[in-house]
Amino acid sequence: MKWFKRRKKLQPPEERKTVPDGLWQKCKGCGEILYRKELERNDFVCNNCGYHFRIGSREYIRILLDDGKLIEQDTDISAADPLRFDGYLKKIKEIKEKTGLNEAVATGEGKIGGFEVEFAAMDFSFVGGSMGSVVGEKVKRAILRAIEKEIPLIIVSTSGGARMQEGILSLMQMAKTGSALAELEKARIPYISILLDPTMAGVMASFSSIGDIIISEPGALLGFAGPRVIEQTIKQKLPEGFQRAPFFLEHGFVDTVVERKELKNTVTKILRFFLKKNGKM
Amino acid sequence: MFGFILDFERPIVELEKKIEELKMLADAEHFEVKDEIQRLNKKAEHLRENIYSRLTRWQRVQLARHPDRPYTLDYIKYLITDFIELHGDRLFRDDPSIIAGIGKFRDRSIVIVGQQKGRTTKERIRRNYGMPHPEGYRKALRIMKTGAKFGIPIVTIVDTPGAYPGIGAEERGQAEAIARNIKEISTLPVPILTIIIGEGGSGGALAIAIADRILIMENAIYSVISPEGCASILWRDAAKSPQAAEALKLTSKDLLELGVIDGIIAEPPGGAHRDKEGAAALIAEEIDKFLNETEDYNTDKLIRERLDKFYRMGVFSSNG
Repeated sequence: MKWFKRRKKLQPPEERKTVPDGLWQKCKGCGEILYRKELERNDFVCNNCGYHFRIGSREYIRILLDDGKLIEQDTDISAADPLRFDGYLKKIKEIKEKTGLNEAVATGEGKIGGFEVEFAAMDFSFVGGSMGSVVGEKVKRAILRAIEKEIPLIIVSTSGGARMQEGILSLMQMAKTGSALAELEKARIPYISILLDPTMAGVMASFSSIGDIIISEPGALLGFAGPRVIEQTIKQKLPEGFQRAPFFLEHGFVDTVVERKELKNTVTKILRFFLKKNGKM
Repeated sequence: MFGFILDFERPIVELEKKIEELKMLADAEHFEVKDEIQRLNKKAEHLRENIYSRLTRWQRVQLARHPDRPYTLDYIKYLITDFIELHGDRLFRDDPSIIAGIGKFRDRSIVIVGQQKGRTTKERIRRNYGMPHPEGYRKALRIMKTGAKFGIPIVTIVDTPGAYPGIGAEERGQAEAIARNIKEISTLPVPILTIIIGEGGSGGALAIAIADRILIMENAIYSVISPEGCASILWRDAAKSPQAAEALKLTSKDLLELGVIDGIIAEPPGGAHRDKEGAAALIAEEIDKFLNETEDYNTDKLIRERLDKFYRMGVFSSNG
């Protein structure tokens, strides 16, 4: 349980919308007032009801990777504005400053339970985790690096879908990442897809729902169309729990729902399964 | 011949009506009006050119959705002989929003897959307005794989507002179905041609639009989101769809500039809906050309080039 101790080193994240500052934090699940330091120690999961707060890519790097260390790649590419979409670059600049992130996904190499992996973690606080050309390119390159280095691929997904401000080019990132997965499959490289709240639309309909093993955090909203769009289309209220992780599990689209505190342990077990002997695939 | 008429089509249609009337009158009364008709025809041609060269993106959207536009089954009727429609995904049911089948194009075997909107109200409901469920995409993939197994080229026809957002669609994995199609089609070992004939609605279109060559009809569109959806997200106002259409750059010309498609198929004067058979003939030339050019394909090279083409798509800046 070495990694368990390591969590004490968890630094409070910088200013983020998903986890507000302050000494106390109200739980969105049960309404309980939680002591923030305690919540942090618990990886932002409510001690009372098990509600999983949304946390960012940096937190998942800390939670999942050995020593919280990611050798990040492709930090030099950033959003352009091919459509000259009103206000897009200004928005990107503001979000970069506010979050300290350079895009909605961080990719690179790290270790989990001693196993080398190619790792990608998305971040919902960066334009809703939306996939534009940069996210698509970084995920594609991560997939291709996993093939080249013959190491397993882990992608932690959370996204509202394609990035509208890049129009059709963002749709093409689905084609780009999805077809790279075909190459990954041919190379017989294991891919573990971890789904967070929420993972929807263009990201769910490309690389997130195609893993060899698909894990979801409890309570995650998962699907293609957003609940609001569905309600407007069918002109009915949706049933309780619709598109949540247990619904997805029940309908057969995730392999298992795993609590955040068990996530690293589960991924390590899976890696051990894939790496049959002498650490070789 | 004049069904549904869009506002900007009206001056042209009215002039054409006048010409028709004049012709009939002249026939009945034995007038000599050849010169006059020639003059009016020329005028109509100029008018058409004038209007169509200045269409806004929103007007193109309306043309792409024109209810008289030829649909997948119209093109199949004009282009494919010995067509046999094949039904069902072998898992849940048949989805009438997607047509899949086999047939001959000028003596060559091809597999054909495409979304189908309905022409009448009853038919529109049955076809779910061309919005497929997961089983539609799974059927499409199943039939495409049949083609791939026997080395038969595939033509897909895109015409959908999008994948259906509904309860059953989510329960049966709409996202998974689309993702799987993208992944599987990207490495199918046969030549694939995609033609976008009307609406290319986001992931619902992309799920059958992974191809070696992607062509689009002059007045068709292809977009990550509908202008209405974009406007309601950006400005909380669907009435601003014309502005959203401008921002999204979704016309055939835009798409060619963005490197997303390989070519534009010109439409008959006034649009495909004014001359369905003419539009079909123009498509036939492109299918013929594609089949000729890919006749002696090398499988590895074909797949490599298809993957690399999608790998290149996107625009970003390097060095932060």
